[in-house]
Amino acid sequence: MMGEPEVIVELKGITKRFPGIVANDSIDLKLRKGEIHALLGENGAGKSTLMSILFGLYQPDEGEIHIRGKKAVIDGPGKAISLGIGMVHQHFKLVQPFTVAENIMLGAEPVKGVSLDYRTAHDKVRQISDQYGLKVDPKAKIEDITVGMQQRVEILKTLYRGADILIFDEPTAVLTVQEIRELMQILRNLTAEGKSIILITHKLAEIMEVSDTVTVIRRGKVVDTLRTAETNEEELAEKMVGRSVSFVPLKKERAPGEVVLSVEGLTVGAGKEKKLLDNINLTIREGEIVGLAGVDGNGQHELIEVLTGIRKATSGRVLLNGQDVTNRQTRALMDAGISHIPEDRHKHGLVLDFTVSENIVLGSYRDAAFGKGIFLDSKAVEKYAEKLVGEYDVRTPSVQNKARSLSGGNQQKAIIARELERGPRLLIAMQPTRGLDVGAISFVHERLLQAKAEGKAILLISFELDELFNLSDKLVVIFDGQIMGEANPAETDGEKLGLMMAGKTMHAEGRG
Amino acid sequence: MDKWRNIFNPSSVFVPLGAIVLGLISGAVIMLLGGYNPVDAYQALFEKVFGSPYDIGETIRTITPLLFTGLAVGFTYRAGLFNIGADGQYIMGMTGAAIVGIKLQLPWFIHAPLAVLVGALFGGLWAALVGYLKASRGVNEVISSIMLNWIALYLSNYLLRALLLEPGQQRSYFIHESASVSIGWLSRALENARMDWGIFIGLIGAVVFYFLLWRTKQGYELRAVGLNPDAARYAGINIKSSIVKSMFIGGVFAGLGGVFEVLGVFHYQVLSAASSGYGFDGIAVALLGGNHPVGIVFASILFGTLTYGSAGMNFSADVPTEIVRIVIGAVIFFVASHGIIQGIVKPFLASRRKLDRKGAA
Amino acid sequence: MKNMKKSSFVVSALLAVILVLSACGGGSTGGNGGNAGTNNGAGNAQGGTKAGENFRIGMVTDRGGVNDKSFNQTAWEALKQLEGDTGAKVKYLESKTDADLIPNMNQFIKDGYDLTWGIGFLFEDAAKTVAEQNPDAKIAVIDTVVDLPNVESVTFAEHEGSFLVGVVAGLTTETNKVGFVGGMEMPVIKKFEAGFRAGVAAANPDAKVLVNYVGDFNKPDQAKVAASTFYNDGADIIFHAAGGSGNGVFSEAKDRAKSGKKVWVIGVDKDQALEHGDDVTLTSMIKKVDQAVLRVSNDLIAGEFKGGEVTVLGLKEDGVGLPETNKNLTDEVLQQVEEFKQKIINGEITVPTK
Repeated sequence: MMGEPEVIVELKGITKRFPGIVANDSIDLKLRKGEIHALLGENGAGKSTLMSILFGLYQPDEGEIHIRGKKAVIDGPGKAISLGIGMVHQHFKLVQPFTVAENIMLGAEPVKGVSLDYRTAHDKVRQISDQYGLKVDPKAKIEDITVGMQQRVEILKTLYRGADILIFDEPTAVLTVQEIRELMQILRNLTAEGKSIILITHKLAEIMEVSDTVTVIRRGKVVDTLRTAETNEEELAEKMVGRSVSFVPLKKERAPGEVVLSVEGLTVGAGKEKKLLDNINLTIREGEIVGLAGVDGNGQHELIEVLTGIRKATSGRVLLNGQDVTNRQTRALMDAGISHIPEDRHKHGLVLDFTVSENIVLGSYRDAAFGKGIFLDSKAVEKYAEKLVGEYDVRTPSVQNKARSLSGGNQQKAIIARELERGPRLLIAMQPTRGLDVGAISFVHERLLQAKAEGKAILLISFELDELFNLSDKLVVIFDGQIMGEANPAETDGEKLGLMMAGKTMHAEGRG
Repeated sequence: MDKWRNIFNPSSVFVPLGAIVLGLISGAVIMLLGGYNPVDAYQALFEKVFGSPYDIGETIRTITPLLFTGLAVGFTYRAGLFNIGADGQYIMGMTGAAIVGIKLQLPWFIHAPLAVLVGALFGGLWAALVGYLKASRGVNEVISSIMLNWIALYLSNYLLRALLLEPGQQRSYFIHESASVSIGWLSRALENARMDWGIFIGLIGAVVFYFLLWRTKQGYELRAVGLNPDAARYAGINIKSSIVKSMFIGGVFAGLGGVFEVLGVFHYQVLSAASSGYGFDGIAVALLGGNHPVGIVFASILFGTLTYGSAGMNFSADVPTEIVRIVIGAVIFFVASHGIIQGIVKPFLASRRKLDRKGAA
Repeated sequence: MKNMKKSSFVVSALLAVILVLSACGGGSTGGNGGNAGTNNGAGNAQGGTKAGENFRIGMVTDRGGVNDKSFNQTAWEALKQLEGDTGAKVKYLESKTDADLIPNMNQFIKDGYDLTWGIGFLFEDAAKTVAEQNPDAKIAVIDTVVDLPNVESVTFAEHEGSFLVGVVAGLTTETNKVGFVGGMEMPVIKKFEAGFRAGVAAANPDAKVLVNYVGDFNKPDQAKVAASTFYNDGADIIFHAAGGSGNGVFSEAKDRAKSGKKVWVIGVDKDQALEHGDDVTLTSMIKKVDQAVLRVSNDLIAGEFKGGEVTVLGLKEDGVGLPETNKNLTDEVLQQVEEFKQKIINGEITVPTK
């Protein structure tokens, strides 16, 4: 084709094997100068592995990498950086108590005599920041700035080191709607200045909005490479998942039954202390999904911690099926019928170095079904795990593999299988689809709706309004530890909800 | 079958083996530098250990306390705790056994088991104290157990002086014959080597170690807490009681080490100015054995063999004991830095796998 | 060949060794920085036929090891001298733990050594066990008594020697305060204290004796603190009977000497002025372990091994006493010491042991 910009990165037949799995199977990819090339695939499809190879973190078993037309052997991140490749990781690698400029300098400190040359660093950081519209204050400490801002620091870091090929690994997973919009603008600014970008994502909307080209990967293989302008979300989703996907799950109407959870005047923090939860009242009935909306950090975690026995309430009551269970131990609450899908599956949901089967019985291992008395019958555990792994389509070579080796989506499926099969009356799910791809998200949503249909009471906490609107029977908004109000998802819209989430009542006027 | 394959997978076998070989090679290099003949030395080591029934018996006697303290460190490690206090628990075990062995007079079938039990309990409770401090006050177990090592040493010396000391001696009275766990016929068969039930109890201890951790619900909890305390807490596991329990069990292992030293080897307890060091050797043994009971058994055998054999290198090959400690140190170092070993072993394994694949194709 | 790689392994191995040894050092290596142990005992005294050529003598140390700068070392040096003098073959084995004492003694006995030494009071039970199990083997012990026909025991009248250094201290002190730092509170060390007290009292009834037991023979840091307390308290002379811990007393005295304050230490077991210098070492209470070792070993070579006997070496037998040369003592003091010594030898003075 005439007039196409030069190919700056070319991957030819990249293959990477891990024990028991082929993560990348002879992958070809071309990145052209000045384009945003989206790499789309489910979790575990092999996107991150491929980019780790390009960034020198892994060595390919087969295949070649060509940078600006020359064959390159990238044997470490240092080499990648010297070739002008920069990577913005999903998990930031920043030193919290250091300033922005200090973090950017780390590893590439300008030196004046024996002392570090802060002035030069500050100036350069500011200059790059202005050039790409990043609006970063070089003197701010990392611990004081928002997640979105931290991400920009990561971008700055790569630019500071002279990168002109930037890899973004799921950059929007941690951002708010507003921040995502700003990031998209930044990406455009970068390409306008001649940078080339590979964007790893599974969010179709972002791809449609910002990318020029899309390469879809499924199970380690390239399914297709398309021009964004010539495709649509449905087509991409189908290619990614391998089957057609419905976006809006069918809300199965069901008349709510008895009250399962009743929270009355729940408060955490007394006297002059800041109240983390302030007089929370909430009821959830059988067969009802109550969506708790709110900006992160407004008391959602504390509420869950009290409901799961991790944190003690200062005052107020929690009733489960009419029985007072306030401030019971976690184990007692679980026995009373509470299941919990925690937000952070690595930290709270799984023991990553346990096998899949050991993880599947976390919380139910004491059942007589898994061994009499003090004994644990690992055969019974494995059998049970195999059954659940089959039913919930958890993809793992065997239940004896470590949970760590599973992709995020499959880890989440394992947790959902575990928590639903314990037979709870109340299911608390926080951000159950965080970081999951389209296929997994729809799976999770279907399962939640199915649980609802079975008469379980569900408390859904999410930062994604679409999810709340699609699933909830009732929306409750939390702000600064207080319930701001309730809404019927059918009768309200994002804007009204957004105002409540920002601490405004419906009748508040203008900005305060 | 699979279980055994899991334990003896290529990296679990070849990495320690590689570490041992590298350690021995480093030792040989150092001996050469010092002007000694490493071949003679290693031969002397081998002969010292296997040369006579007496030496075999005494080697086993050397292995026993290392096995116990290795189990003590390994068990708590599995529950996420670094038990530096095995030394103190060992001393408390000695003291408990000595008190019962000397102060009470009972028929043998009660006396010996009771002395063993009380010693084990002393060690267990001493360790549980560390666990309690951590669970209730958040005191780092490394710090508290180091402190408690000293306290155990002086407390034990105090108790010895107050209750058990034979006048004019630096040691306690002898325990009553009924409390002895020595095996007379075995000692006689092995030319008076000091043989006791310790090694057998130690091997049973390794089985118990495995069974507790991988075959009981309690063990499942301990491992969950060890690997991810947050997730364990969310799963309703009581972290605090897990910490105390695992420390207690670890302490029982260490205490038993001390018990058999008193009831089986010496038959009295000495006023000691410094700790035996078995607790620290136990850390090395546990590390070498990958905190797995099977590994710990082998590691204690290796460690004990090298330790006892060092006298042979010294005696027959005139190599100073320092060199042998260098070999032991080098082996530990290479195991601890298994990255190096894996770097060396992996290419071999990989090429072997490649050959396998080619062979299959 | 990847020489670089290989040499880096050696370097890392050495590092490991340093780490491990310093971490697990415990009681076995404490104190002695050097490594004279590599100087092995293989017989290299060639030349001419000598009386002891067909004799082999072994020695087992306690946990202190052969470089303890104390009686293990003295005994070993005596055996080396014996080797030079008589052509007897000598060898030592160090014990890493108390449990090694017996197998180490057995190693010599099973190899047919003519005499096996156990150095130190710790050997009482070990030597007894081994001697009972091997009635044909000849064994000698120092500082303890084993009442068996094949064991010769050598002990010292430490209280008599301590009396003499007590006299020195009593006469030399300008503050009328002297100190005693003991290792562990046990009968042998108590003998030092009792003799010292009696000597000070005999020479200078006005002088006061401060006493502290640090509880360990290998804790120089604690002994240093004790010494510091004594010196601050006004004492100007400290007698230590604390083995390796005593080095802390010397260290404190040297620190004070550096800042211009004159204080003295009285050494123990051997002439410690040779090691710590004449600036701070007033004199030493010598236990002639070397004499004991030579005496018994020579008896053996002469065919006169006294199994079953206990030899007590006091002033009379020249088993304890002051060094040959005492640069810091005036003739007057030395003369008084000599007078007291004669009185003890004649029995005019009986030195207490408790």
